Amino acid sequence: MRPILLSGHERALTQVKYNADGDIIFSVSKDHVVCAWFSHNGERLGTYHGHQGALWTVDVDPTSTLLATGGADNTMRLWEVKTGKLLKTWDFETSIKRVEFSPDGRQLLGVTEKRSGHLGSIVVYEIDPDPQAEQTSEQSLRIVCDESKATVAGFSYLAQMIIAGHEDGTVSQYDGKTGELLYNAPVHEPDMQITDLQWAPDRTYFITASKDKTAKLVVTESLEVLKSYPTDTPLNSAAITPVKDYVILGGGQAAMDVTTTSARQGKFEARFYHKVFMEEIGRVRGHFGPLNYVAVHPQGTGYCSGGEDGYVRVHHFDKPYFDFLYEVEREQANL
Amino acid sequence: MAPSYENLPLEDEEFDESQIDFTDIEEQYQVRLDEGLDAFVVIDGLPKVPDDSKAKLVKFVLRKLNSVGKVKEDGVFMPLNDETGQTEGFAFVEYNAPNEAIAAVKQLNGTPLDRRHTMAVNKLTDIDRYGREGRIDEEYHEPHIEPFHEKEHLRSWLGDPEGRDQIAMYRGEKVGVFWNNKEDTPEPVVDRDNWTEAFIQWSPQGTYLTSMHAQGVQLWGGNAWSRQKRFAHPGVNLVDFSPYENYLTTWSHRPLQVDENHPVPSLSLEEDGKNYIIWDIATGKPIRSFATLDVPTSTDAEGNPVKKKMQWPTFKWSSDDKYVARMTQGQSISVYELPRMNLLDKSSIKVEGVMDFEWAPATPKRESIRTYEQLFCYWTPELGSNPAKVGLMSIPSKEIVRTRNLFNVSDAKLHWQSDAAYVCVKVDRHSKSKKSLATNLEIFRVREKGVPVEVVDSIKDTVINFAWEPKGNRFVLITTGEIPAGAAVPPKTAISFFAPEKLKGGAPGNFRHVRTVDKVNKNAIYWSPKGRFVCVATIGSQDSMNLDFWDLSFDKAKEDKDETKDLMANLQHMDQADHYGVTDIEWDPTGRYVVTVASSFRHTMENGYHLYDFKGTLLREEHIDRFKQFLWRPRPPTLLSKEEQAEIRKNLRNYSKVFDEQDLAKKNTANREIIEARKRLLEEWLAWRESQIEMLKEMGAEIELNGGKVQQEEDGDVEEVEEIVEEIIEETEEVVG
Repeated sequence: MRPILLSGHERALTQVKYNADGDIIFSVSKDHVVCAWFSHNGERLGTYHGHQGALWTVDVDPTSTLLATGGADNTMRLWEVKTGKLLKTWDFETSIKRVEFSPDGRQLLGVTEKRSGHLGSIVVYEIDPDPQAEQTSEQSLRIVCDESKATVAGFSYLAQMIIAGHEDGTVSQYDGKTGELLYNAPVHEPDMQITDLQWAPDRTYFITASKDKTAKLVVTESLEVLKSYPTDTPLNSAAITPVKDYVILGGGQAAMDVTTTSARQGKFEARFYHKVFMEEIGRVRGHFGPLNYVAVHPQGTGYCSGGEDGYVRVHHFDKPYFDFLYEVEREQANL
Repeated sequence: MAPSYENLPLEDEEFDESQIDFTDIEEQYQVRLDEGLDAFVVIDGLPKVPDDSKAKLVKFVLRKLNSVGKVKEDGVFMPLNDETGQTEGFAFVEYNAPNEAIAAVKQLNGTPLDRRHTMAVNKLTDIDRYGREGRIDEEYHEPHIEPFHEKEHLRSWLGDPEGRDQIAMYRGEKVGVFWNNKEDTPEPVVDRDNWTEAFIQWSPQGTYLTSMHAQGVQLWGGNAWSRQKRFAHPGVNLVDFSPYENYLTTWSHRPLQVDENHPVPSLSLEEDGKNYIIWDIATGKPIRSFATLDVPTSTDAEGNPVKKKMQWPTFKWSSDDKYVARMTQGQSISVYELPRMNLLDKSSIKVEGVMDFEWAPATPKRESIRTYEQLFCYWTPELGSNPAKVGLMSIPSKEIVRTRNLFNVSDAKLHWQSDAAYVCVKVDRHSKSKKSLATNLEIFRVREKGVPVEVVDSIKDTVINFAWEPKGNRFVLITTGEIPAGAAVPPKTAISFFAPEKLKGGAPGNFRHVRTVDKVNKNAIYWSPKGRFVCVATIGSQDSMNLDFWDLSFDKAKEDKDETKDLMANLQHMDQADHYGVTDIEWDPTGRYVVTVASSFRHTMENGYHLYDFKGTLLREEHIDRFKQFLWRPRPPTLLSKEEQAEIRKNLRNYSKVFDEQDLAKKNTANREIIEARKRLLEEWLAWRESQIEMLKEMGAEIELNGGKVQQEEDGDVEEVEEIVEEIIEETEEVVG
């Protein structure tokens, strides 16, 4: 599986996302530009200009009509995917670390950074899926994280709950309507930041990645840890693959320490683990900086990773990837 | 069992101090006020003389007393017994200063005066303190003898039915002992947090595991890994065992401070100011202590002082624990006899200029020598017009068995073969201009009559490493060319193999070169402890860290003849391996496995270990954060006789069949277990998924059940997409015209 190198960004990638059909990849980087690419050949479809600072996050709605971004210029913006038109800008006191649409695309969530005088929070807006419509400036919900700031967050199935990962290694479950804290569970090592939270396709479970060098598979409903994937490097991202029961983990030596170590040392590899057996299956090398985000094609035919080195690498899985089965899985499949 | 000294804080917060009887502690640590009597000593054990000889005796005693300080004028008071008219045999002496009195106690106590009288010198205050009425019981009490406690079997690990070896691993703050399970996870025996403070070390026969603490050294062993012994030596840095584990040397760079205000268990004033202590392991008591010797400062070519490198072990043991010796560089070698630790013949052996010495690692069996002897080898550099010398000395006779003169010597290293059959002196020789270096090997054949010396001078380069085959007669060395000054890249090295010629009757003849592998980066040689196999590696390098496995007695097909047939070697390269960041390599005591370690003592990159078999096949690798030490537990020498060993070797095939079956059965069960576990995991997972999907269905979560895709109304406006795929099959370039 020879990867396609997307070299359109000038600085470190922060997030990459597939749309629901998997034909477009959106990438954001610290160079202030949002890029859209065709996933099958790596051709650039377009860019979205307007942000005044490093971008931290991007998400696309389920119909690939609207695109949300957030960054260090303290704004969260909504774009029309097709035209690149800026539809709405929400201004905040601090930067936006994470945006995510609800499963139906009618709500948008943003995680705001904590800064002196401002607590970290999770804000929710109602979204009109029509690109011509005026979007509201009114928050439908605001959750203030006074214990430990949220670093990542997302909507559960039917947007019933909001799940957030925190700087102190815990995961919180909030009521999706009232914002009430339902449950808080120590999922990772204390004070080891949760760096990523990605959903299984049906959002009944999710995977978290943490600086404590592990990724965990957690049940949405109870926050019970189902599986744990230990590695030997701090993790920045973790994704669940559809079709095959794998998870992909990405990370590497912290960006600030990288210059002092060789690429081999940095462990800049995407690691594949079997989701159920928790065993490492393989690694994909290529980046020469830590992997900041890994995203999986919604149909499970490939994945892409965005690195601190400024490249997006798009991989299409080969046949052996789909053919590989553990003996017990084969037995199960033949039943 | 707390794995450290019992100075743990009392956890009970609510206790009444008045309940505790402190009198014993108060007594022990009683602060002594200056009584003004500190300059007084009491001398005991003097002869009883009549009044008229008293002056003579005082004069005699004064001569001794003044050797350590100045006795006050009329400072000696020797009372007379009124009844007998004779002196009482004791005297009170006042020195000018208290420290002189202390010096007198330290140095003069126990000085013999004549054949019958030995002088006891004590401080007056001590006599008062310990000897005052009531402090000494008038009646004799039998000392209380502790009832006999059965000790744990210290060598029980040797009885493992599978004959596995144990490993001690030190990683993070944890120290654990494990069974080696080849490719499987090592099976833990014991694992404790903060077992040691600095490092761990096995005793040479594997009986004890040594842990290092600020307060001293502790030995652990037995089935329960309980503490066997402890040796209080505050600030201890290094330890060294005698070969048979009878004695232990501890060393601290800081001189010991033992006095009334700093009491140390089992140490006395004798040990004050000393750096080395030699202990008897069985009793746990110190036998003798020594201070560090000052090494004469030397200067290099530019006149800068050369940084002194401490030789460790400083006290070198003879192979049978009978003698221990220390060298005073450039002057002499002091040999001490055990178990009393007295200087052999009461004097050091003068060896002018001595630079280094090394005991024979086994009791030598020289031809036609029937008496007991131990040998050591030493060398002296060129002194004035005298040539450099290498000598072999026999102990206890101190007879020089063999010497050899050498010229143009820059440095020499002594390498004994493990059976003490050979000693190879690696002599670095400089040319007349002192610009280039070359190495000669002077090999002493210790067991042959007259100890003939064979010289290997065919080596043109500098030898940086040399190693004998254990229990064998072959050796490997690594040479390197000239090092260009200021070169960033270390020069390439070459590995050379040597073996003796095959003589009639199978006796080893002269050493001959077998093969050289050049243009490599290797710098370290690790022989299997059983000989035959050798691993040559690159250690501590930034860019290459591979290791090669060689077999020196490879079974070759009969018809395959070449020029090496008359040598006692048949070299074969078996495998090459690569371990990033390797810092240490160790063979297991049976010669079956090799472990390579990347220790966090040296760097923090990819710490962990690799386990290979003797052929160089990687069995297992494990990355462990802050991995520090991997130590195979040594084994004591075998109890089987030569015949029994030969018998086993002959029937090896029968044994190996059994072992192969065991391995296979084990593998099968292990595989079955893994498969069972996976099956269980998969079933659990599928059942859980089922329940979740059911839940979503009940809630009507259509989008989620559809994998996150929002259904859009079909509006019949189907777009046709045509995709053209171009594939370049071949590209050729032609020059036109």
